[in-house]
Amino acid sequence: MEFSLKNEQQQLLSKMATNDGHGENSPYFDGWKAYDSDPYHPTRNPNGVIQMGLAENQLCFDLIEEWVLNNPEASICTAEGANKFMEVAIYQDYHGLPEFRNAVARFMEKVRGDRVKFDPNRIVMSGGATGAHETLAFCLADPEDAFLVPTPYYPGFDRDLRWRTGMQLLPIVCRSSNDFKVTKESMEAAYQKAQEANIRVKGFLLNNPSNPLGTVLDRETLIDIVTFINDKNIHLICDEIYSATVFSQPEFISISEIIEHDVQCNRDLIHLVYSLSKDLGFPGFRVGILYSYNDAVVSCARKMSSFGLVSTQTQHLIASMLSDEAFMDKIISTSSERLAARHGLFTRGLAQVGIGTLKSSAGLYFWMDLRRLLRESTFEAEMELWRIIIHEVKLNVSPGLSFHCSEPGWFRVCFANMDDESVRVALRRIHKFVLVQGKATEPTTPKSRCGSSKLQLSLSFRRLDERVMGSHMMSPHSPMASPLVRAT
Amino acid sequence: MEMLSKKATCKSHGQDSSYFLGWQEYEKNPFNEDTNPLGIIQMGLAENQLSFDLLESWLARNPDATMFGSNGGSIFKELALFQDYHGLQTFKTELVEFMAEIRRNKVRFDPQKLVLTAGATSANETLMFCLAEPGEAFLIPTPYYPGFDRDLKWRTGVKIVPIHCSSLNGFRITKAALDEAYDEALKLNLRVKGVFITNPSNPLGTTMNQDEFNHVISFAVSKNIHIVSDEIYAGTVFDSSKFTSIIEAIMDRTLEKTDIWSRIHVVSSLSKDLGLPGFRIGMIYSNNETLIAAATKMSSFGLVSSQTQYLLSKLLGDKKFTRHYIQENQRRLKKRQQVLVSGLQSYGIPCLKSNAGLFCWVDMRNLLSSNAFEAEMELWKKILYEVGLNISPGSSCHCTEPGWFRVCFANMSQETLNLSIHRLQAFVTSNGDGNYQNQKLSTRISRRNSLVVS
Repeated sequence: MEFSLKNEQQQLLSKMATNDGHGENSPYFDGWKAYDSDPYHPTRNPNGVIQMGLAENQLCFDLIEEWVLNNPEASICTAEGANKFMEVAIYQDYHGLPEFRNAVARFMEKVRGDRVKFDPNRIVMSGGATGAHETLAFCLADPEDAFLVPTPYYPGFDRDLRWRTGMQLLPIVCRSSNDFKVTKESMEAAYQKAQEANIRVKGFLLNNPSNPLGTVLDRETLIDIVTFINDKNIHLICDEIYSATVFSQPEFISISEIIEHDVQCNRDLIHLVYSLSKDLGFPGFRVGILYSYNDAVVSCARKMSSFGLVSTQTQHLIASMLSDEAFMDKIISTSSERLAARHGLFTRGLAQVGIGTLKSSAGLYFWMDLRRLLRESTFEAEMELWRIIIHEVKLNVSPGLSFHCSEPGWFRVCFANMDDESVRVALRRIHKFVLVQGKATEPTTPKSRCGSSKLQLSLSFRRLDERVMGSHMMSPHSPMASPLVRAT
Repeated sequence: MEMLSKKATCKSHGQDSSYFLGWQEYEKNPFNEDTNPLGIIQMGLAENQLSFDLLESWLARNPDATMFGSNGGSIFKELALFQDYHGLQTFKTELVEFMAEIRRNKVRFDPQKLVLTAGATSANETLMFCLAEPGEAFLIPTPYYPGFDRDLKWRTGVKIVPIHCSSLNGFRITKAALDEAYDEALKLNLRVKGVFITNPSNPLGTTMNQDEFNHVISFAVSKNIHIVSDEIYAGTVFDSSKFTSIIEAIMDRTLEKTDIWSRIHVVSSLSKDLGLPGFRIGMIYSNNETLIAAATKMSSFGLVSSQTQYLLSKLLGDKKFTRHYIQENQRRLKKRQQVLVSGLQSYGIPCLKSNAGLFCWVDMRNLLSSNAFEAEMELWKKILYEVGLNISPGSSCHCTEPGWFRVCFANMSQETLNLSIHRLQAFVTSNGDGNYQNQKLSTRISRRNSLVVS
């Protein structure tokens, strides 16, 4: 009966409405479901699943809330701001409020150390970066056309760029042997493979800083990429959504700097995606930005932005906040410090038990190396390990497979979406888990692996349990009931 | 190799239509009472500016809407992080109650069957993505909102086949017109997936009557196709008792336990009722669970800002306010419409009898130099450049008969409306001379006079 009902719906609705193009049926979402059904809380549910699969930045809300309180005119609902209410509420011009565009352009310049200029007239709004990516795909590619994208990459791209557009994404395989860097050879290989399969490559999709790696691309690689796309006459979409989450060296270099200072290229091929969801922690406000150096793309994308404009109430707030340059300077630097501290806390804590992470200087997560804990070097083993981490260690981390990583054993772990107490609990759980695993792989049988997926706590690790911290802090409240909105 | 996609280089965005060109001309020379009194008056924008004072006074009385929770603590962080595509539950609950209130509570809506989208623009496009394959078709009664050409067709590849409606019967949908449209689609080798109605109608300003419902519903039942009802103007009906939602119409015919129930989909928005187009609050409502699931996921491409959801949940949660607003807003719209209708009537320009909307469907066939669309364009340009009014020509709304124009009345002050009526009056009077030069001159003189009068 269920099958025929599904069949009936498939007749009634489009293929798009009934296929898996939304990407939410992947086993990857088991982690989300586990979290949703058993969310961690320090007092109410101390054994619940800690959400470490959500790349959110919750570290600077104290500063932001203070600013909002002190700047009531930024809200059109306060006595101070109400005189703007009508003007803002009726403004539906898809160019966006001029003060909004100006403030966003200026902020983007600031994040890049004022090394480049952005033209506010090239700023196009979108329904989050999600909307920006889809819009660019609609503008640049016909169905069946392909974009090359280095692996590992953000799972949401599969939906955002492909679902309703019919576009394809082809991987540029990157490997741990060189820290997952993009090489000329790998780009060329991916391009050739597409040619052989008779697939038309229209562009290259880059995420810099990288999700899930947390690394920033070095100047040489960026130049290689720009040279590559220029030679092949294909587009470059550069998603710089994590540009202000850089917390240490090496510094972030934007594609805009490369084309401005380092290499000649046809600027009609260059397009940027940005959003305030990661840098500022405003995913709920849906402030997506598409910036293109190509006039025709700006014009087309702007018309398409009708399908996902930013609420003018939000444009007004953001314009106000971002144009407070002193405040934004403070946010950028404070966020950076806090991210560095949090990142360091985790990576050092992991190093203590021999868990390596990819060296990174940006992002709201790190790329954790659990290869030595795999039963064997396969994705099946990775999924097994992942299920253990979710159901027994009670941490929702994201398996590398979901990011199209070519090698099993890597996991993305988010650290900016929780309070300090949760961090400590998470680290304690990881320590426990790793040490137990380690016990099972001691030198007595060097080649043996942990054959059983059942982990028993050993008495000798009771001292870890004794390091119970006070549970006075609030648990991270993740209001997300569904996993894939801006995915993770 | 073509550098951009076909979608980027074609004209399906529809922006070359006179509907949008008029707006552009307005932008170049916008009327302003003080700084540009000879400028073009915008009568091509269906916006409701009549009741902002009600909203503003509500805001002044309700500082809670500034994102502070009821216990005084800020919920800014919670809102800033809230990106769940199921939407803020309190907002959806209030929204469906508001929608029900507008429909005299004859229909109750379930918030779980509602999808929030960035405006009705996004809702309509999303529905097409979910209901039809590229190349399939929806039948739409003419005249229709010019934006549909972009919203329904551009990126979806869906086709529109018109259901031709005629002034002979007040542009009502007939069975014959439906059948003719369906046959036309077959001839074009297009598979018809549904009928798309706008009720109340844009640009007609009329609400669907029972005969029309009978025709459309039987048609959709017999052909096994969808009905999409864009009810964005539901809150602009001057007299609520005259508006029937498609859902009520289906229930009145006791069809809610039949197949058709899962093929009925309603679109709405707060852009017209509440006059908040900038906030991008649109919605899809349907009893089809699979559709709701798919549309919810697609809404990721255009969610409503959580900040805005929160504000509206507070506003709509004040039931005393919403009841008063709905009534008062309708009263003001009715009064304004009457000013325009009687003003035009007084010098022989009839309007289609309407009971809703932010515009009138004006019959200027008598002013055409010939019964042709070229003549309509000629007249439109004269009215735009010489009279200084941006009104929307019927051809931009796919009307099959030349000479009809949509004229908006709710996006300006009373004084400006009076002025526009005077300008048109002067034009009509001089146009009767038949001499082009005299017309131009007397229009200018009359315009100057009308400025003095107003």
